[in-house]
Amino acid sequence: MDEIAPEYDVVVLGTGLTECILSGVLSVKGSKVLHMDRNDHYGGEAASVNIEALFRKYNNFQPGTEPWKKYGRANDWNIDLVPKLLMSNGELTNILVSTDVTRYIEFKLVAGSYVQQGNGAKATVAKVPSDASEALRSPLMGLFEKRRAKNFLQWVGNFDEANPSTHNGMNLSQTTMKQVYDKYGLEETTRDFIGHSMALYPTDDYIEKKGMAKDCVERIRLYVNSMARYGKSPYIYPLYGLGELPQGFARLSAIYGGTYMLNTNIDEVKYDESGKVTGIRATMKERGEEGEGMKFETKCKKILADPSYFQGKAKVTGHMLKAICILNHPLDKTENADSLQLIIPQSQVGRKHDIYVAVVSSAHNVCPKGYYIAIVSTIAETEANHHLELQPGLDRLGKIEETFMGPPIPIYEPLEDGSKDNIFLSRSYDATSHFETMTEDVRDIYRRAQGEELVVEKLKSGEGLVSEE
Amino acid sequence: MAARMQQGSRPGGARFAQFKLVLLGESAVGKSSLVLRFVKDQFDDYRESTIGAAFLTQTIALDDQTTVKFEIWDTAGQERYKSLAPMYYRNANCAVVVYDITQAASLDKAKAWVKELQRQANENIIIALAGNKADLVAEQPDKRAVTTADAEAYAREANLLFFETSAKTAENVKELFTAMAKKLPIEQASQRGMRSAAGRPGGVDLGLRQEPGQQTSGPGGCQC
Ligand SMILES: Nc1nc2c(ncn2[C@@H]2O[C@H](COP(=O)(O)OP(=O)(O)OP(=O)(O)O)[C@@H](O)[C@H]2O)c(=O)[nH]1
Ligand SMILES: [Mg+2]
Repeated sequence: MDEIAPEYDVVVLGTGLTECILSGVLSVKGSKVLHMDRNDHYGGEAASVNIEALFRKYNNFQPGTEPWKKYGRANDWNIDLVPKLLMSNGELTNILVSTDVTRYIEFKLVAGSYVQQGNGAKATVAKVPSDASEALRSPLMGLFEKRRAKNFLQWVGNFDEANPSTHNGMNLSQTTMKQVYDKYGLEETTRDFIGHSMALYPTDDYIEKKGMAKDCVERIRLYVNSMARYGKSPYIYPLYGLGELPQGFARLSAIYGGTYMLNTNIDEVKYDESGKVTGIRATMKERGEEGEGMKFETKCKKILADPSYFQGKAKVTGHMLKAICILNHPLDKTENADSLQLIIPQSQVGRKHDIYVAVVSSAHNVCPKGYYIAIVSTIAETEANHHLELQPGLDRLGKIEETFMGPPIPIYEPLEDGSKDNIFLSRSYDATSHFETMTEDVRDIYRRAQGEELVVEKLKSGEGLVSEE
Repeated sequence: MAARMQQGSRPGGARFAQFKLVLLGESAVGKSSLVLRFVKDQFDDYRESTIGAAFLTQTIALDDQTTVKFEIWDTAGQERYKSLAPMYYRNANCAVVVYDITQAASLDKAKAWVKELQRQANENIIIALAGNKADLVAEQPDKRAVTTADAEAYAREANLLFFETSAKTAENVKELFTAMAKKLPIEQASQRGMRSAAGRPGGVDLGLRQEPGQQTSGPGGCQC
């Protein structure tokens, strides 16, 4: 086997999407990158796994039994461990296109975007209206409210920051969203679906915050523009599951000289007297492999890592609850959509955090025909009985073949910005249902580690990466 | 019909299909050199390990009615530390597994890759075994470390196409790719629009790259 180089510009630990995008971008920009993961697969906690691996991961079976066998070939399943969708006009899409990683991954539209109003058996599940004219047809609002919502959405659609005549007399950087809603006279239930299923805020914290109106309007515009791009829904999803995303960026990095090592444990991180990182010692050893494995040492100027590699340098900010469910039917009231997102705004079910239901199926090559994979998730608000917190989401699924639910998943955030030790940590995936906050984290880490803004637009060099005929 | 579904339905009954081809084999056996010879008809004596171009396409006309386009993926070195991503062989229609006829161990490695492909890749993947650097043996016969008969016997047993090639002299390079093209299910591929999300219902082409003779689907793609 080739020797590991004596020195790298950057060592990256963990092959989650955040880390893989950073590796890809840094390699394209000329950094010498060594990228390692302690697992035997790409994607870390955000991988997609087959159904046998899922049963084993959750220990959802009696010893001696093989319940996954009844679900066909294990490898026909690619089940995401973290439920998220891409906004078709979002930043991740932009990065994928800028880096040409779209060559390696095919995307398909998600068939529908839904929101729940009310609770229990009487709940309404309806399409999220995507523009002013859809608002007029939505069952989510009464006649007069529809008109008010239409006016609001028209204003958002025409909003142009540079043109004060579109601001309707408000200074959005000073205004709260409550003031804006008040101005358009919108009812509570309308505020709920706009804030949670279009602006995609996971809580109501945004409403009273001064200056948040601008952020909210931008989010609604992202939703509306994403929707307008392909119709049906603002979301897209990769064939074969989200696990393809980190693999695609890892390939980009490798093409530009990045070195990849799975099955590798970090034995020691070395620092100089001033406390800055100088290198690592590590061992690559496949599971079941005899002997010591391959031990090596290399120098590096900085480390980018997910928080699981430096737990002492991160804090827990909350816990995510998640149930992965296998169904053999589409969801009720969704016109048999083969894929969808359903948002249950917190206030509709007496919570502080929204409940998300993401459904994908054989339409995206993540399971055999006839099956649906639904993931229900939210942020924990209680200390125990977490399944009760997910119940309103589970209620929407109808008959469930299998449920995989583990303990609450801690969400980590770095304690420091990395300037002291040159170790730059990412955040865990949060509860949001899309990748926008993840890409913000990519930009933030890049800024901290490289001391400049990440510009992806010029990355597509054309020469080098791709040559055709 | 939308996007790359154009394949197979050119006027006059001509057939056109696109296939994903992957390369596997030990480092320095000449994977990238074979591709470079096939795609650009070039050879470089001092080629570095693959970086840069790891995605190329090349079209072969099998006859005046039938055109096959290979979308060629090179490993980019991720296999060096056993870290090749499953994405690499996902949906590969064909694979060229390369060894160096002057290095016996490289055939063992090739056999291991064939096994891996048979375990992980599409069931009907077409695999070719290429014993590369044939030119070295033509000059100095004692350099040969794997006999043609041995490799051929193994290829027959494992149901692989087999060629001894030289990326340097171009010997058998075109022949290798043409033989693969002939074994590919062109008819089916052109009907199903293989390897193209934009051609599937609901598929989207994010880059909106317009390729000649191909159209991009409108919102939602077609329902074919
Ligand atoms: N004489 C001779 N040399 C060859 C031939 N093919 C490749 N080489 C040389 O072998 C070396 C390695 O070739 P590459 O094409 O880079 O090999 P590779 O399999 O792509 O290697 P990795 O990218 O490291 O996995 C280069 O120095 C080539 O010039 C051949 O047919 N004959
Ligand atoms: Mg190469």
